[in-house]
Order: sequence, then C-alpha cells, then structure tokens
Amino acid sequence: MTDIMLEARGLTVGYGDKLVVRNVDLAVRRGEIACLIGANGAGKTTILRALSGLLKLRAGSVRLNGEEIANRPAHAIAARGMAHAPEGRQIIAAMSVADNLRAGAYLAPSAAEISRRRDAALARFPRLKERLTQQAGLLSGGEQQMLAIARALMADPTLLLLDEPSMGLAPLMVEEIFSILATMKSEGRTILLVEQNANAALALADQAYVIEAGRIKLEGPARDLIDHDGVSAAYLGG
Amino acid sequence: MLLQQIINGIVAGSAYALFALGFTLTFGVLKIVNLTYGFYFSAGAYLALFATLHGAPITLALPFAAIAAGFIAVFLDSALLSRLRRQQAPELASLMVTLGATLFLYTGMTALIGSEIQRFPLGLIESAPFRFNGASISLTQIAIVMTAGLLAAGLIGVLRATRTGLAMRAMAENPQAGELMGIDTGAIMRRVSFLCGAIAGASGVLIGLEHNAITPYMGETMALKGFAVIILGGLGDVGGALIAGLLIGLLEALTAGYISSIYKDAVGFLLLVLTLWARPFGLFGRASVRRA
Repeated sequence: MTDIMLEARGLTVGYGDKLVVRNVDLAVRRGEIACLIGANGAGKTTILRALSGLLKLRAGSVRLNGEEIANRPAHAIAARGMAHAPEGRQIIAAMSVADNLRAGAYLAPSAAEISRRRDAALARFPRLKERLTQQAGLLSGGEQQMLAIARALMADPTLLLLDEPSMGLAPLMVEEIFSILATMKSEGRTILLVEQNANAALALADQAYVIEAGRIKLEGPARDLIDHDGVSAAYLGG
Repeated sequence: MLLQQIINGIVAGSAYALFALGFTLTFGVLKIVNLTYGFYFSAGAYLALFATLHGAPITLALPFAAIAAGFIAVFLDSALLSRLRRQQAPELASLMVTLGATLFLYTGMTALIGSEIQRFPLGLIESAPFRFNGASISLTQIAIVMTAGLLAAGLIGVLRATRTGLAMRAMAENPQAGELMGIDTGAIMRRVSFLCGAIAGASGVLIGLEHNAITPYMGETMALKGFAVIILGGLGDVGGALIAGLLIGLLEALTAGYISSIYKDAVGFLLLVLTLWARPFGLFGRASVRRA
C-alpha cells in the first residue's frame, strides 16, 4: 500500500446543518493524477478544502503518506507536503509576482532552495518571468492561473491539489494549462485535480471520480470513464 | 514663527504617524478596528513613567515600556478576540468587545493610579533647546522625531524585507491562501499584535515626553485622533498613515499658531470629514497594506 499517497475514508463535510459531502472514499497514488469531475455545486471544491484543512470534517479520516492529517490546521498540512491551488486562484493581488512566489516557498529551508525552486517555476512558466515585478492583481486570468500553480509548486509539494485550473480561461489558454499539467505528470508529480472540463481532465488523469450531490457516483480508471455512457451523457456533452 | 510651528507640527505629527502606523497595521492584518489600541498608548506612558521613577534612564525605560505594551497587546488580543475570530463573529461584535474592554481598562487604571496628571522626573533628557532663525527645538523633540522615524522605518523594513513581513502582507489580503502556503496565521497574528502594541506603547512614551503630562485617558484622545489619521490615510495603508499623521500634526500646529489653539484638536477631524466627503476611500485611494 505504500504507493497510495493520499487516502480519504468516509469523508463527510458540511456547512451549518447542511452536509455537502457524504461518506466519500478516495485515493491518489504516487506519481498519478486523480481527478474529481461533476456538475457545479456537487461538492468537489468542498472535498479539496476539507483535504487541505480549510474545512473541518464532520466524520472520516485523511491519510497523507500514511499519516493521519484530518482536522489538522491547514498550515500544518501544507508543512507535510500538500499544496493546494484553490478555486479562484487566490493569488495575493496587492503583492508582486515575485513576492507571491516567495510566499509560496514560505516553508522552504533556505534562500538557495527558494531561488532553485523559483528558477524551476519560471522555466515552466516563462510568461511569469516577464511579469516578476508586476502587481499580481494586474495579470491576465491565464497568467494569474499560472501564478497560482507556480506558487503551489514553490512549496515543492509531494501532492498538488488543483481546483479548476481552466475556469474562466480562453480555450487557447486552457490548452496551454493542460499541456503544462501533462508535462508535470510525465515528470512524476502526484496531483489531485478538480475540473468541470471533464473531457480534458479524463484525458489527462489516471484515476477519476464522478461526484454528484456530495457523493461518489462512479469511479475508475479515467480512460474507462471516458467511454462510460452515464459520464458522457452527463458531463461530456455526448 | 512659521518655522517654529512647522517644527512643532513635525514633532507631534511624527508621534501621530508612528501611533497610526500600528493602528492601521492592526486593522490591515487582523481586520478589526481594535479600540484597545489606545490603551496600549496609555500603558506605555505609565510603564515608562514607572521605570524612570525607579531610576531607569529613558533609553532603557522606552524599550521596556514598548516591549511590555507589546505583551499586553498579545495577551488582550488572545483573551478578547481570538475566540471571536474562530467563530467568525461579525465585525461589530469585535468592535464592541474592544470598546467595552477599553473602557473597563481605563477605569481600572484610573482606580489603580488616580486620574491626576503625572510627570516624568525632571532632567530626564537634558533640555537646553537649540535655537536657530528665531525658532527652537528641544533635545526631547529631536529624540521624538528620531525615535518615531527609526521605529517606523524598522516596521516598514520588517514588512518589506523579512519572511514574517511577507507572511503579514499575504495574510492581510488573504489569510486562507496564507494557511495553504504553510503560514501559521495564528502565530503571525500574535506577532502583529506584539509589534502594534509595542508601537502604541512607544508612541505613548514619546507623547508623554513631549507634553510631559501623563493621564490614564490620554490613550482615548489619541485613539480618536489615530482613527482620523488611519481613515484619512486609507485603512490598512501603512504609507498613507505616515503621511496623514504628519499632515494632521502640521495642521494642528499651524492652526494653534495662526488661528487659535481652541481649534487645534478639531482641525484634524474637519480634514477627515472633508476628505471622506470628497474621497470616501481616504486620501490615497483604497485600503491595502501594499504601500508597506
């Protein structure tokens, strides 16, 4: 079982008296991409927020590399190697691109390590290199998304959580983001991806979960789900 | 005459600016208008008074008072506000809690040490004023401007150039994103509380020296003035607070010199009303900590 990096069991999360996610089991294997797909409001973002510690669990357990992390503070979970690029990017708009990247490496052990990670991030996102001194809030949507991913990579995470990286982007930019994700996959990064763009997500991912009304409706190898009648009818426009 | 008023204005204004700096930082990072902030000002002045009455030189009494006020701020913040923050209580709740606590603290302090004006021991700072062009400036005044300038520069340096400052700026805009980057936002809040309490305490010492008059409620007057300064400068705007603090200090001095000292305390508020009427987000635009 050592190849399971993240394992959630019986994940149950709610806001107020309303349960939004019920009894979800999911696993992400080392070096693979798992994706959560489903309609708006199905609970995908809530699942990510619970995994990274932004929301308390009502019930369930979460193990990261075998260690129980459920209900630990988000910063402590980040320190154990999980980086979450949240919905809506959440870059620090008032800070420069360079400072956003530095903040992403907040837990890095040394200045040398920060600059090594920065060079790697800028090699992956050359557009950001030209924008380093700009205020992050002034970037285009696609550039902000790149910054959000780059900032998460600055933490040198063992597991990367990405929430809707294609949201609100022009088709060409979506293509660019997905090709970057494909490169990251080929490098062996472990990623849990939430996407509404189910086609692109299933084409990229190894394992997929279809979320409906806060529960897992279907799960399996991503390529099997592409051909699954229920999935194509509901999410792939087919 | 004009030169003298400008000197007086810069001296008072630099203490206002320093006080407002901590006030606006409290708001910018912790996202609450913390009315106990004025209490740290009074507390700082009394702590320094206490130390000097026991023979400490002002060079020792000032840092002692600032550090002690910082710890008081950390304690009060965690006692009064951390629970409200966890429960995500509405802003009005924390405003009322700090208002209630402040009034209680002032009353307690008055009961403990009395309401009469107290003064620093004579000759604390050797005070033969320097004279030039018909104006004079005392060593105390020079020390006030220099201390305020150094502390303000130090705070801006922390915000700009340190890892903690980076975390503070990130948190000011988005605490959740900060947590996701591994920032222990609770620990950073305590550091912000400490820094702001220490700055309020230090400015209490400086104003106490300038007026050579210390009373329990001096912080209340100052908090009201500080409030005008930070709204004028834009809530959370560090650079704006510095400029607005100096501006109000200068305006007060010029008003006292050329119109009447009766209007001195009102002129800052007149400026506040006029500014907000014309520019609802303050003199320099929207609130942010980005000018740090």
